[in-house]
Amino acid sequence: MKTGTWRVKTGFARMLKGGVVMDVTNVEQAQIAEDAGAVAVMVLEKVPADIRKAGGVARMCDPAKIEEIMDHVTIPVMAKCRIGHVAEAQVLEAIGVDMIDESEVLTPADEERHINKWEFDVPFVCGARNLGEALRRIAEGAAMIRTKGEAGTGNVAEAVRHMRIMRQEISELTKLDKEELYQKAKEYGVPFDLVAEVASLGRLPVVNFAAGGIATPADAALMMQLGADGIFVGSGIFKSDRPQEMAEAIVEATAYYDDPEVVAEVSKNLGDEVAMQGIDISEIPEEERMQTRGD
Amino acid sequence: MKVAVIAVQGDVEEHEWALERAGEELGEDVEVVWARYPEDLEGVDAVVLPGGESTTIGKLMERHGLVKPLLELAESEVPIMGTCAGMVLLAREVVPQAHPGTKVDIEQPLLGLMDVRVVRNAFGRQRESFEVDLEIKGLEGGEFRAVFIRAPAVDKVLSDDVDVLAEYGDYIVAVEQDHLLATAFHPELTDDHRLHAYFLEKV
Repeated sequence: MKTGTWRVKTGFARMLKGGVVMDVTNVEQAQIAEDAGAVAVMVLEKVPADIRKAGGVARMCDPAKIEEIMDHVTIPVMAKCRIGHVAEAQVLEAIGVDMIDESEVLTPADEERHINKWEFDVPFVCGARNLGEALRRIAEGAAMIRTKGEAGTGNVAEAVRHMRIMRQEISELTKLDKEELYQKAKEYGVPFDLVAEVASLGRLPVVNFAAGGIATPADAALMMQLGADGIFVGSGIFKSDRPQEMAEAIVEATAYYDDPEVVAEVSKNLGDEVAMQGIDISEIPEEERMQTRGD
Repeated sequence: MKVAVIAVQGDVEEHEWALERAGEELGEDVEVVWARYPEDLEGVDAVVLPGGESTTIGKLMERHGLVKPLLELAESEVPIMGTCAGMVLLAREVVPQAHPGTKVDIEQPLLGLMDVRVVRNAFGRQRESFEVDLEIKGLEGGEFRAVFIRAPAVDKVLSDDVDVLAEYGDYIVAVEQDHLLATAFHPELTDDHRLHAYFLEKV
């Protein structure tokens, strides 16, 4: 009997496919998410939009709060730790969180390196803006990748950019010969075998979700059409005026992303009046962007 | 033959792959249909309920009218297989995990086709998820590598019609009842397609 194997870790991520993981900050929100059909919840002290507003240092959520939520829902519970913060990750594993997000949304603890995720039995998900970042995280042991997007903005443009870049880079990889793949492995700073595997699969060897700025059902459908395996919604649900309806609608739009009639139906009465207020990326100074944290 | 995989959420692709390989091994031409609408289930020879989140899959199946046609297919003895979440959905009774301190009441849509009681997350959370070699009744060629992910399990068989195929620890982890087959683990996550072949032979 073996726990924490690569198959068990990546298998967990596979079970989330076609689903929506929702950011929550308390038991009530977690129950709304579960009732709406979320495949998992991500527990935070504050949603990204509020982290952005509050400034200061954003850390791992209080373990007591995470445990309370674990006691009240049957779906998987995830939580975020700071980039490179091994001790926070150990705490999250100790309380039995189902997946750890080593996340740029929190203030990085180590500017130089990420956590060695092979040391853990609990699987990790990490953000990426391009193929190199995604492969470096996988080489460090991440069992799942998500786009970084730009969290807390309600603006899907960055997630779209990151998903497109990743797809394009993978597609280019499939056309390279062995020598060129060696070169790419060197350029990305990852093992050759990993690059060769992506080239032969034509996709990442782990599940790849979209995250960062998804605020409406149509945003979710768009990301799924761009090839995402599923969706993370951060501020988009509980910063909207009707969280319950928004949560249900995003679940529907993710499952039926290629059916405009379903997406249209669930989008009704969830327009700009209801959806969270967005911020354009140009309004955010370079140094305040979360996506550039942890390369 | 035409096999539908319920495709509202979960590891549908992995089942498609396993069914196609199993078909090749049997010398059968298997066409896999991703079923998200009632009409996708018309004229299928078998149905698979994949792994995923049982509450999510159950809710979407209910909202999109998949429950009734599935019950009709079961009535006409079309083989149905469920893995993990699929096992939960097939069960007549489901009870919450044994996780200490849990305060959840489970209220989720079920098909209720198999006479078993299922405990959700019977072995614990993801940290406790595991893989192990299992002896499976009726499966030739030695032990089967079984991958358990936040897996449910059967703690009680509710009628004599249920055949126990495999056990692990205190639980039953694979059951068969006439044309129905359910496993707590994920045969679709390995390259061993014997269980999918076993299932297709029911058609």
